[in-house]
Amino acid sequence: MIIQLSGHHLTKKFKQQTILSDVNLSLASGEIYGLLGPSGSGKTTLVKILLGLEKCDQGKVELFNQKPSISSFRHLGYMAQSDALYEELTAYENLDFFGSIQGLRKKERKQRIEEVAEIVHLRNDLSKKVLQYSGGMKRRLSLACALIHKPKLYLLDEPTVGLDPLLRQSIWKLFQKLKEDEATLIVTTHVMDEVNRCDRVGLLKDGKILATGSPADLLKTYQVDSIEDIFLKGVSH
Amino acid sequence: MQNILALTNRISRQFIRDKRTLALLIVAPILILTLVWVVFGAKTDEPKLAVVGDSKLPMVKQFTLQDIKSLNLKQAKSELKNQEIDAYIEIKEPLSVHLEGSDPPTNQRALKKIQDTLGQAQNQGQQKLSIHYLYGNKDMKMFDSFGPVLLGLFVFFFIFLLSGVSFLRERTTGTLDRLMASPIKNIEIILGYLSGFGLFAMIQSIILTFYSIYVLQMNIEGSIFYVLLTIFILSLSALTLGMLLSTFARNELQIVQFIPIVIVPQIFFSGLFKLDNLPLWGQIIGKFTPLYYAADALKDIMIRGAQFSDWWGDLALLLGFSLLFIILHMVTLRSYRKA
Ligand SMILES: Nc1ncnc2c1ncn2[C@@H]1O[C@H](COP(=O)(O)OP(=O)(O)OP(=O)(O)O)[C@@H](O)[C@H]1O
Ligand SMILES: [Mg+2]
Repeated sequence: MIIQLSGHHLTKKFKQQTILSDVNLSLASGEIYGLLGPSGSGKTTLVKILLGLEKCDQGKVELFNQKPSISSFRHLGYMAQSDALYEELTAYENLDFFGSIQGLRKKERKQRIEEVAEIVHLRNDLSKKVLQYSGGMKRRLSLACALIHKPKLYLLDEPTVGLDPLLRQSIWKLFQKLKEDEATLIVTTHVMDEVNRCDRVGLLKDGKILATGSPADLLKTYQVDSIEDIFLKGVSH
Repeated sequence: MQNILALTNRISRQFIRDKRTLALLIVAPILILTLVWVVFGAKTDEPKLAVVGDSKLPMVKQFTLQDIKSLNLKQAKSELKNQEIDAYIEIKEPLSVHLEGSDPPTNQRALKKIQDTLGQAQNQGQQKLSIHYLYGNKDMKMFDSFGPVLLGLFVFFFIFLLSGVSFLRERTTGTLDRLMASPIKNIEIILGYLSGFGLFAMIQSIILTFYSIYVLQMNIEGSIFYVLLTIFILSLSALTLGMLLSTFARNELQIVQFIPIVIVPQIFFSGLFKLDNLPLWGQIIGKFTPLYYAADALKDIMIRGAQFSDWWGDLALLLGFSLLFIILHMVTLRSYRKA
């Protein structure tokens, strides 16, 4: 089992407020890790710290068993909670730009754009400006931008929010496929039915990881019927 | 390199799509320059004059040679009353000038024209009148003296605003995060912006310079190429400063708030108003503003026709400013991304 990404004793404070306290996690290659937690629990902050976009006050992050470095970012696919797209540009131009930033050559880019557009069902809308996209279309384009360079490690912050059940289904199918290709995924969510599709979940609450494990194991150890109940139990502890 | 090109390409595309911003970059300065020109420096009509006297007199001839019409006293009086002429001179002893008198500048111009003509007449046959001007010439207008500074100011202002807002957007929309999570180097981001925006800065410089010189007839003694070079180097400093300061702003309005702090002092201390009249502290502040050096170089080139050796130091300092802003920006970006 190769560890692709790990965070050790991560602690983060904004002013007085402690956002994360002593968070540990590690992701092995070929697994889908679901980061679950209520709004404001620190999921986005954790993902950003793992990426190096946010500094942590204590602890360290290892990316592919090394200190994070620019060259290792080539194998990263990041999708932020906000869509982070260039609205004046067409979807094609957005993909083309992120593709070249990720080091894809022109021919390769062209081919990959077709492929990822197919995957997120945006093939017929590639020439539209992002300005004219709906919320869900932007979300899918944002995901496509994270896929374009076939990274080994995906950090996806609420990738399916605002999508209809059918699309959500097909995106989770995609995640399974990526996983079969040995990719590692960390996906934040607060949708419970998505949790069961993860290999492992981490329950984040008030900046602490309450529990980690496969969904089935968690249900067993905590003697509950649904993952939500663990959060409730966690409070009473 | 591919990264820089990708950024350049993307920025130009965004720019071309945003027609209004493109217009702001070029049309707004043209509009303002033209307004200032209209107010301070439009080539005014020649004063309309007439001469009254015996047409055989050499002095009268001197006036008619200048295309000043010769009238009899009655005609002259009525034309003056009807504002068909601004003034007439009666050739008699003593010479008397009758001005229409309602518009002081016109009076002055009419008087000047008459005096000039008389001067030539009196010196006829002796040595030719030679009038020397230190800078500029007989046609030098107020606009010519501060036009170069204004040109620099507008370029600086608009490029600063645009680059600041664009880089800020990159941050607020989250695309900067995406860039930071990809294998692009910080310096490549900055260079990409420089070349993407530099392209438009160059176009702006060319259009504004040509407009000022050929349409507004701004005085130009030196080479137009040097003017372009100066303006372009100035715009680089505006670009880098805008990007740097955008990291201290949370939204567009906060970029606008930099205007009174960053732009307005430059207007006062960069040579638009006579620097000698400023208190010492004002003169010192001026020395810390990019516009000061650009204005100095532009005045050297456009008004004094100075040589390269006289103003290259100004350009070097301007490039120094850009370099400083880039380095500071690198430092702030580094604190943003750890790797
Ligand atoms: N830049 C910041 N400055 C101060 N506090 C912040 C900042 N960013 C986040 N926080 C705080 O950190 C906490 C965690 O925020 P975070 O965005 O990580 O939550 P989240 O779990 O992603 O929530 P959501 O599910 O709503 O996206 C919140 O209480 C938030 O107020
Ligand atoms: Mg979040």
